[in-house]
Formats: sequence, C-alpha cells, structure tokens
Amino acid sequence: MRINGKLWTIILISLFSLTLMAPPAFADVSAEASGGHVWWFWPLVLLIVTFIMGIFAVLGGVGGGVLFVPIISGFFPFHLDFVRGTGLLVALCGALAAGPGLLKMNLASLRLAIPVALIASTCAIIGAMIGLALPTNIIQISLGVTILGICVLMLTAKKSTVPDVPKADRLSSALRITGVYQEASTGEIIDWKIHRTPLGLAMFIIIGVMAGMFGLGAGWANVPVLNLLMGAPLKISVATSKFLLSITDTSAAWIYMNKGCVIPMMVVPSLVGIMLGSFVGVRLLKIAKPTFIRWMVIGILAFAGAKALSKGLGF
Amino acid sequence: MDEKQTAMLEATPEQLLYARILEMGMYFGLLILFVTFGLYAFGILDPYIPLDKISNYWSMNVHDYLKHAEIKAGWAWLGMIKYGDFINFIGVAILAGVTIICYAAIVPTLLKNNDKVYAILAVLEVIILSAAASGILAVGH
Repeated sequence: MRINGKLWTIILISLFSLTLMAPPAFADVSAEASGGHVWWFWPLVLLIVTFIMGIFAVLGGVGGGVLFVPIISGFFPFHLDFVRGTGLLVALCGALAAGPGLLKMNLASLRLAIPVALIASTCAIIGAMIGLALPTNIIQISLGVTILGICVLMLTAKKSTVPDVPKADRLSSALRITGVYQEASTGEIIDWKIHRTPLGLAMFIIIGVMAGMFGLGAGWANVPVLNLLMGAPLKISVATSKFLLSITDTSAAWIYMNKGCVIPMMVVPSLVGIMLGSFVGVRLLKIAKPTFIRWMVIGILAFAGAKALSKGLGF
Repeated sequence: MDEKQTAMLEATPEQLLYARILEMGMYFGLLILFVTFGLYAFGILDPYIPLDKISNYWSMNVHDYLKHAEIKAGWAWLGMIKYGDFINFIGVAILAGVTIICYAAIVPTLLKNNDKVYAILAVLEVIILSAAASGILAVGH
C-alpha cells in the first residue's frame, strides 16, 4: 500500500509536470517565445520532460524515441530537424545501453539481427534522406498520421509468447536462423525457429524508411513483425528489436549528424533525462500497474500525434 | 536437455565479441560525451555559438541554422573541436560509430567458422554504415 502510494505520488507529480509543460503546446512556440527565457530554460525543461518520458517509456513498454519525437516536436520550440536528429540519438543510446546485456544473455539473436539490420539500416538511410528533403509540414503531417497509427497498433496488436512455427522456411533454414532459450519463469527450454522470412525482411524496408524519415526508434514495428509475422518468441523478438535499433538508428543518425541536425545542448539533456528516467522506470516496474500505464502512454502518444498533425496542417 | 541444446543456450563467440566491443564503445562514448558537455555547459571551453544565443537557432530549419550560424555540415566539426559546443561531437561520433567497429570485428570469427554468408552480410553492413558516416549521402532542404 505504502509502495503504491509512492508510485501514485510519482505518477501524479509526473502528470502535473507534463501539464505544466503543456501550455507552450497551445501557443505556437517560436524563436521569439524561447528568446524570452534564460538560455538554460529549455534544456532544463527538456531534461525534466525526458526524465518523465524515460519512466513512462519503460513502464509503457515503448522505446524513448517514439515518445520523444512527437512530444518534443509538438510542445517545444525546437525545429523538427533537430528533434529528429536528437530522437535518433536518444533511441540509439537506449539500444546501445541494452544491447550488450541482451546479446550476452543470448536473448537478442545476432543471427536473426544481421540480415534484418542490413535491410533496415540501408532503408533508414533512404528514409533519412527523404525526410530531410521533404518540406517540414509534410513530415509533420506524416509523423502525426504515423503516431496515430502506432496508437492503433498498440491497441490492437496481439502478442504471442511462443508462436507456433510448424516449419522453418527455406531462407531462414539456409541462414540457420534458429536458437534456444530458457524461459526464466518456468525453466522451460524453448527451441525456436522462424518462418515467412522473405515477407518479414520486406517489412523491414518500410520500417527502416519510417525510422529514418521520422527519427523514431522502430521497436513498435520491429516486435510485431519479428513475433507475429516471423514467429520468433516474444522475448527473443523484444530483445532482438532493441538491439536492432542500435544498428538501424546508427545509419540514420549519421545522415542527420552529417546534415547538421545535432545540437549538443538538446542531445545531452535528453540523453541524461531519458537514461535517468529509465533507471527509475525499471525500479517502478515491479509495483506499477502495466495496463493503466500502457493506456496512459497510448493517450499521451495520441495527443502528441494529433498535435503533430494539426501543426503540419497549420492549425 | 541434450548437449546441442545446452551449447545453443550460450551466445556464439561472435555474438559475445560483438557485445563486448559494443559495451566498451558505449561506456567510452557516454563518458566522453558527458565530460565534454561539462566543459561546454560550465563555460570551461568557449562555445562557437554563445549559450545565450543558442535559442535563436534551434527553431530554424537546419539549412537556415547552418547558414546563419556559418557552420559547414558533414565532418567540418572536426576543425571546430576547440569550441565547447563542437567538442561534444566526439562523443556522439563514438556512439554512432561503435556499431561499425563491432561488425568489422566479427568478420574474422565468421570466416574462421566458415560462415561465409554472414561474413559477407557483415562486410556489407560495414560498407553501408561507413557510407552513411562518410557524409557522401547527405541531402537536404
């Protein structure tokens, strides 16, 4: 009860803080508005908001990047070019931090990731180039539609702990994409293989383009494709997806960085905020009610998606 | 559990090698990034763009930002690392570059195991990521 009280206090403070951050959303925040504050005002607000975002990302089971881009581009004075560059680095660092552990535990499968990553990272470069070439309002509209689509996906997508894969397809057999893992909760040894590999790889063309174009981490799309379409067990899918982001986002991040879309005063406070928030989130995970948090994350995303859409449409 | 399953529970040598390099690169990159940001934010190194002027730039699109701040895109930041803001790019570049090193490092192990297809895929990934990092693919508004 006492722990739950603490949790609710943290959530209420977080919500209150988010509410405080919201007013700029309703005014069209511009350089003029940001000029009215001391230089460290927006980096400090960014640090606080990304800290809260880090907590919610862990509790809601989403990556930091997918929350970062729509919320920061919608409610902060930063241009979308810099928000996407920073968003990719936020998602990249989250993946870099998680990747080594997941690989060592053999939950992330390098064998599954290598062919998928080659396609996704190549397409992320193309996506980044398209995203930087298109007018900002078109990207903003597309981002809004994508975020609203992600909300629908989060509401409707099912998950399968260990999908039934009667027979590995020829391509995955040739590439020897298979593995074994021990389910920690039951001690059961699970032999896994995948199917529909060509279709799954084709899906990563779209995922890569979208990740690069919008600067989003793509865990929201990786997991359903790996798990539901290709038949990898849920834990393997989640872990491999997280690791995959370290490769996909690397390629897109370089394009944004070489284009000049990285401002350290935005990147470092965001990274610190998300990382600290993730640490707190992991600790809260034991006592949080995941369903409620997930609904809240979907709500925040829907709001941010609608904001991106309206901003792109000029409302 | 048979012997084959027991062996497969463990990560492969190339996976462990990849993980070790990734871990070292991640810690090193973050350390450099936080140290250099400290030099920047606490005014130990003078920035190229004064801190009180930075808010004038971040609401511009990247094209206007580069033009008004008179900054060149690509690897031109290497020539500006004497400034507090640009020195931060060292850490960013390490974080964005460690994956290339990881891939390059596993190629010999893959070849040693006669895993030619994956060795080729790894080499292709190194080429793709290096092309992205080189700046030759930059486009814009």
